Amino acid sequence: MAAAVEIVNLTRRFATVTACDGLSWSAPAGSITIVLGPNGAGKTTSVECAVGLQRPDDGTVRVLGTDPWLAPPEHRASVGVMLQAGGLPNGSKPLRLLNHVASFYAEPADVGALAARLGIDAFAGTTVRRLSGGQKQRVALAAALIGRPRVVFLDEPTAGLDPHGRLDVYDLLKDEQARGATLVVTTHSFEEAATLATHLVVLADGRTAAEGTPEDVVGSNSLERVYFDLTRKGRR
Amino acid sequence: MTTPAPGPAAAAPPSMPLPAPPRKRVLAQARFEFAALLANGEQLIVSLVLPLGALIDLMAYPTPSLGTGRRIDLAVPGVLALCVISAAFTAQAIATGFDRRYAVLRLLGTTPLGRDGLLWGKALATIGVEIVQWIVIGGVGLALGWRPVPVGLLYAVLFLLAGTWAFVALALLLAGLLRAEGVLAVANLLWVMFLVLGGVIVPRSTMPDVAAGIAGILPSAALGDGLRAALAEGSFSPLALVVLLVWGAVATAIAGRTFRWSD
Repeated sequence: MAAAVEIVNLTRRFATVTACDGLSWSAPAGSITIVLGPNGAGKTTSVECAVGLQRPDDGTVRVLGTDPWLAPPEHRASVGVMLQAGGLPNGSKPLRLLNHVASFYAEPADVGALAARLGIDAFAGTTVRRLSGGQKQRVALAAALIGRPRVVFLDEPTAGLDPHGRLDVYDLLKDEQARGATLVVTTHSFEEAATLATHLVVLADGRTAAEGTPEDVVGSNSLERVYFDLTRKGRR
Repeated sequence: MTTPAPGPAAAAPPSMPLPAPPRKRVLAQARFEFAALLANGEQLIVSLVLPLGALIDLMAYPTPSLGTGRRIDLAVPGVLALCVISAAFTAQAIATGFDRRYAVLRLLGTTPLGRDGLLWGKALATIGVEIVQWIVIGGVGLALGWRPVPVGLLYAVLFLLAGTWAFVALALLLAGLLRAEGVLAVANLLWVMFLVLGGVIVPRSTMPDVAAGIAGILPSAALGDGLRAALAEGSFSPLALVVLLVWGAVATAIAGRTFRWSD
């Protein structure tokens, strides 16, 4: 299967810290690629290089065949992004904000339907600064999907969500995959990985510790055991 | 661990999403920023209430001296200059600083709007706020007897645009250097200093020589002088325009190198 996202020998340094130390991974087209790893493993940095927010010091990054650092608006219309930091203006209201983001696209998704699906209509008139962490996550996820993207990067999309909220998000992400989108999801949740992954990447210390289908990576073991073995060995 | 039922094999690749036309994206962002600036209570005070208070105060009391000529004709251009500084510098610096803090700049940079579209949206929103300010202050001024020289209105628009460029560039320079709280403090402090010592409302001609000399190289005095010359005398002040353009060019060049899109 062709790769929608291809990261090869990515190196990214911050002062004395090397966040990505020659790591490589890819996301097959139409997959839900789950990227697992401890804090500081290079998950967020590699995703931020893939969405054009950071410039690699070395290596190559391609999303839909395009270098994201130099990508034009036509490419960015094909890519949805949910940042770990949210990125929602504090003084805005969710529905107004989603309609605003939708106006950047020629044929956006139905804002009302998406808001209803994620339960956003229940707090549509509340300013972002007054929302709970889980409510902000729902708005940020909707903003990432509003343009009906071909590739979606979600950095810890279920952090702060209650169990019902997580199930809602899992269903939505599976529907996005069924639509044909490629999803890249970073997470610390084994449940999320087990429920969603069609492709699995494990990072540790800025390097790729394992990559493949869940069967390739996990075999007959449990995901938890494999993860701890891979990431413990990788720790300096 | 088992792989979830594969969806991709059955799914056709999604059609290529297209961005909205550039003009639509920028105008949407400008409307969004415009509404946000006007909805922010603190910014509204700095942008409208305080300039309005300054105009009323200047007309209620004979001090400070504004020089020779009808007081209202000298007061209104200075207050219009203060409005530009409020909207283009103080409000934009603070809004941008906090947008960066909350990763708004980063998220919008990943959308079809992009960084260029975001900057154009901010610039247009600022001009939109300035138009509201000028309508309100100009309207109150006219009610108080202000009689601008008609030919000077064109020069005034030129100074409005040059001043907006210089002060937005300075705002981005400041917002790119400090944390959000630092931007908040320094932007408000500079607003007060421009008002008191910067030759905005009180013309340099009425200031002590040393202070007038220093103010002469400031963008605040250039904007105030240019607008007073235009609206009170109907004349064009090329030196004031050059000072503003130099500040705009230098601040843009430095901000282009130092601006950070994320904390």
